[in-house]
Amino acid sequence: MSLIEITEVKKRFGDNEVLKGINIDVAPGEVIAIIGRSGSGKSTLLRCINGLETIDEGSISVAGAQLLPDELHLKALRLKVGMIFQQFNLFPHLTAGRNVMLSQMVVKKTPKAEAEAMAKKMMERVGLGHKFDAYPDQLSGGQQQRVAIARALAMQPIALLCDEITSALDPELVSEVLAVVKELAGEGMTLMMVTHEMRFARDVCSRVVFMHQGRVHEIGKPEDVFSSPKTPELQQFLGVAH
Amino acid sequence: MDEFTTWDILRNLLLAARWTVLLSLVSFIGGGLVGAALLFARIGEGRIGPAFVKTYVELFQGTPLLMQLFLAFFGLGLFGIDVPAWLAAGVALILWSAAFLTEIWRGCVESVARGQWEASSSLGMGYLQQMRHVILPQALRIAVPPTVGFSVQVVKGTALTSIIGFVELSKAGTIVTNATFEPFTVYGFVALIYFCLCWPLSKSSQILERKLNVAHRNH
Repeated sequence: MSLIEITEVKKRFGDNEVLKGINIDVAPGEVIAIIGRSGSGKSTLLRCINGLETIDEGSISVAGAQLLPDELHLKALRLKVGMIFQQFNLFPHLTAGRNVMLSQMVVKKTPKAEAEAMAKKMMERVGLGHKFDAYPDQLSGGQQQRVAIARALAMQPIALLCDEITSALDPELVSEVLAVVKELAGEGMTLMMVTHEMRFARDVCSRVVFMHQGRVHEIGKPEDVFSSPKTPELQQFLGVAH
Repeated sequence: MDEFTTWDILRNLLLAARWTVLLSLVSFIGGGLVGAALLFARIGEGRIGPAFVKTYVELFQGTPLLMQLFLAFFGLGLFGIDVPAWLAAGVALILWSAAFLTEIWRGCVESVARGQWEASSSLGMGYLQQMRHVILPQALRIAVPPTVGFSVQVVKGTALTSIIGFVELSKAGTIVTNATFEPFTVYGFVALIYFCLCWPLSKSSQILERKLNVAHRNH
């Protein structure tokens, strides 16, 4: 039984068809890396799964929650799948701890004390328990991204979408974020991540999806995809990437 | 023939300045309330609301305040309704302020990064929750300096109401001039009083801007 079912998804921006019929089924606990050139539609696909983009055709469901464009269905879907962004998108007017507490209290109506306890736990989990009262602009990029992860985790999603979460970071900060993601993967969290970190994809992911011109061009286990790419496009992409 | 002392002149002007202050307050607060209502219609998801407010703002920004005062004062008179000058002045200034404040505030709301909407959406928040907890708190902070700055425009805008006969500072200046034949002294005082009203506002707008920026950076 798949946790995330993506079936024949098509998405157009005006005349430009960016997703041309995507089919991916993700089992619980799988860690999927989506790789590909910019413009291949990988970020768009991820954003569709969370309902940040509407889809023109096909269907997406996460643990039975269907992607439909009304607020009620979107909320149900988003409670099941969290998202981490390239630009962190922490709320700058709130402390790190408050960032993690806010949606619990507002969306789930969790009492404040409970939300705070959960926030403390999640901040510990990403190694930032001591930064609970810091504002986002007092934190490094890597720390901000870890707070963003804690914020998503506090909603107890069953899957996480990561959209190039290390691309905006200085090189020396990348590893601290990836370490957190690796830990989550180890704990059995279902993850779909758009990434340029090929080594990480190879080490941690259960499957790799190579997207090209709005299609899933190649999909398979990382050792197969990276060691023996079948299509010339992937060969070329990996050649460029390495 | 009576002689007017400088104190006589100044005292009369200061008494009239109370009406300038009152009219400014009424216009600014009233305009703020109407402007806030228009803002929600403008940034809401409906179709009619935004179009209506857009037209409203364009009309008020595209015509001189003086014409708006004339229309409020004489326009209703055509229908046999006798509009006192204070009412026409108040209504016109409130509607005029509302148009500008809506536009200022819309810019503030839209200057909040798109990522903030996306992040709060992805956490399951609905539109009103996003507005209340994420977008407006940030927009408000951005909005304070330009809003205070605009209050200066309101104070100066009240001077135009003298033309429809509302006796505030400028009108009092004209009346006193007619009695004293000392236009330079009188209007000098009038200008000075306006300056004393406006300068603290501009200055506090500047200070607030610096303060809120710093606060935003370092907390």
